[in-house]
Amino acid sequence: MKTDIILAGVGGQGILSIAAVIGEAALEDGLYMKQSEVHGMSQRGGDVQSHLRISDRPVASDLIPSGSADIIISLEPMEALRYLPYLKKDGWIVASSRPFENIPNYPDREKVMAEYNKLPHTVMLDVEQIAKDLGALRSGNVILLGAASPYLPIDFFKLENGIRSIFGRKGGDVVEMNLKALRAGAGGKV
Amino acid sequence: MNKQLFLGDEAIAQAAIDAGLSGVYSYPGTPSTEITEYIQNAVKKEHIPFLHAVWCSNEKTALETALGMSYAGKRTLSCMKHVGLNVAADAFMNIAMSGINGGMIIVTADDPSMHSSQNEQDNRVYGNFAMIPVFEPSNQQEAYDMVYEGYDLSEKLGYPVLLRITTRMAHSRAGIVTRDRKPQNPVRLEKETKSKYILLPANARNRFKRLLEAQSAFLEASERSKYNCLSISPSPPEGGLLGIVACGLAFNYLQENFPNGFENPVLKISQYPLPKKQLLQLAEACDEILVLEDGFPVVEEQLKGYLGIGLKVHGRLDGTLQRDGELTPDKVRKALGMEVISPYSVPEIVAARPPALCAGCGHRDVYDALNEALKEYGDAKVFSDIGCYTLGALPPWQAIDSCIDMGASITMARGAADAGIFPSVAVIGDSTFTHSGMTGLLDCVNSNANVLIIISDNETTGMTGGQDSAATGRIHAICKGIGVHPDHLHAIVPLKKNHGEIKALIQKEIEYQGVSVIVPCRECIQTHARKVRQKS
Repeated sequence: MKTDIILAGVGGQGILSIAAVIGEAALEDGLYMKQSEVHGMSQRGGDVQSHLRISDRPVASDLIPSGSADIIISLEPMEALRYLPYLKKDGWIVASSRPFENIPNYPDREKVMAEYNKLPHTVMLDVEQIAKDLGALRSGNVILLGAASPYLPIDFFKLENGIRSIFGRKGGDVVEMNLKALRAGAGGKV
Repeated sequence: MNKQLFLGDEAIAQAAIDAGLSGVYSYPGTPSTEITEYIQNAVKKEHIPFLHAVWCSNEKTALETALGMSYAGKRTLSCMKHVGLNVAADAFMNIAMSGINGGMIIVTADDPSMHSSQNEQDNRVYGNFAMIPVFEPSNQQEAYDMVYEGYDLSEKLGYPVLLRITTRMAHSRAGIVTRDRKPQNPVRLEKETKSKYILLPANARNRFKRLLEAQSAFLEASERSKYNCLSISPSPPEGGLLGIVACGLAFNYLQENFPNGFENPVLKISQYPLPKKQLLQLAEACDEILVLEDGFPVVEEQLKGYLGIGLKVHGRLDGTLQRDGELTPDKVRKALGMEVISPYSVPEIVAARPPALCAGCGHRDVYDALNEALKEYGDAKVFSDIGCYTLGALPPWQAIDSCIDMGASITMARGAADAGIFPSVAVIGDSTFTHSGMTGLLDCVNSNANVLIIISDNETTGMTGGQDSAATGRIHAICKGIGVHPDHLHAIVPLKKNHGEIKALIQKEIEYQGVSVIVPCRECIQTHARKVRQKS
């Protein structure tokens, strides 16, 4: 078993927290993992991405080769498209539908949607709206993680443990809020 | 065995603590910053006594401080980004001459593909230049082990060890098994120190002979190193055989492309000087060699030299691999003649999203005022420096004309002013000013250069994530002490409401024939927000 995940977004949206939760859960599961991320200059409102690789055998490369990502999880619709060359033919995209427009030449939303329509496996959700409804404005990233959970090789309760471990130092309220967000993202089914 | 999830940087930091570290001295620089930060946090959290973990004014002062601690017998670490070693190079080259007492590891975090840097220099070259051992880990566990054991090696050999990592290693996480914590060394001076540490020519000549003699011990350590492994299959494939040399991370990219093993001979190199014995064995077994290395063709060039016996060597020099840029699994795949398949490509509509100054950042107000002030002077040039404010190069400001190295804003402005450029303006940050700007300012004062220097003070080292700035609260006194005339030394708060005032001040000081310094000072909004969060 091997799952390659690209996490994408704009600096400050919280993709590294999602990576940390999945990573923690994978490690608890006794799986091997490598997760490469971007720090420094690119975090100032620029595009950011992380390569996350989970396997039951040792992982060699920190980077995912082209054409082999199982899933792209993106907190921004255009950002997911930037990493398409990494996606497997039958791979999935799970993305937030709300554009983050901090550049003057952001493409028309219809054109972005048209690109999604060309792809076989996409899931889009309005993460910000769900966050607003939940009263969990800062948990958009975790809601998206919930939506991506069916495509991850990790049991849902282990992701919940990952949340407890990563957000634990911020206090019980923050943990509860994020657990709620995770479940809401998963469609309230679990 | 309990595994913990560590960034490469964190693995290095934890290993140094576990090896009995007594002091880490560094200057922040992506991708090395997290090493020192991790140790600072560990000292706070675990209350580790007698472990100094501090940011210094620059990489040179940091490395020299580390040498002082090593002189006293204690284990020490100094971490910097690749270009930081240029700043520390004087100390670095001469520590190889004196040698050390307490174990010393110097971390250079190189940045191939220039994710956050102005060049992609490969500091294995510095290792060769200074003739000291170099480690280049291929994964996070190796990084941990190399540091943990590297202190013993450094003390045994009597020389510092250079640990060369890249952005990918620094900022990638993996599960790590840690080892028992060793006690710190006591203060323990060597019997004879003066002939070692006073590098007067008579002593230096002896020390250089010692360094030359030590090379055989370094080579032996490398040939015996568990990090350098040669694998030659007993039944190699027929025909003109290609052997692979894979350095550091490149070994992973080779494995990635051959998950079930690779039948050609492979030499993995993670410790230098080059293991000659294994290289000769590889050369014996092969007709051609492909060198996979991240950064410059350091090994490829050396092999072309000492294996120049009709053997073909491929790599970045003959175009088998791209000469510039970070190595990737895809590039290795192509170099081995295999196809890279992407079912999808990047749609044309995807636009670049460059980094930008944060909303509410004081540098924005500085550039707004500066741009407007300079509108009336057609030929103004603005020499800038390394930091968040370098983003003033991008729209909407496009306010600066240069960014070369730490401190070059002030000195370039002076040279350009001497040549007749008017107005000649420098924009530098507070931490960069104390790192390498103060001496340039003294040059300006001594020659009464016709420059305007703006020290945009956000009271932190911002671009690397808000580390302490050696300049905080001191800039005014430093400028005065250096000899800037008090009438032409101004403090101002960069806020929208002060826009007109800042603009007028800039124009007034441009008209002054001599050195003027304006210090717009407002705390970085990121560090400010963090402090508010921590309080609540």
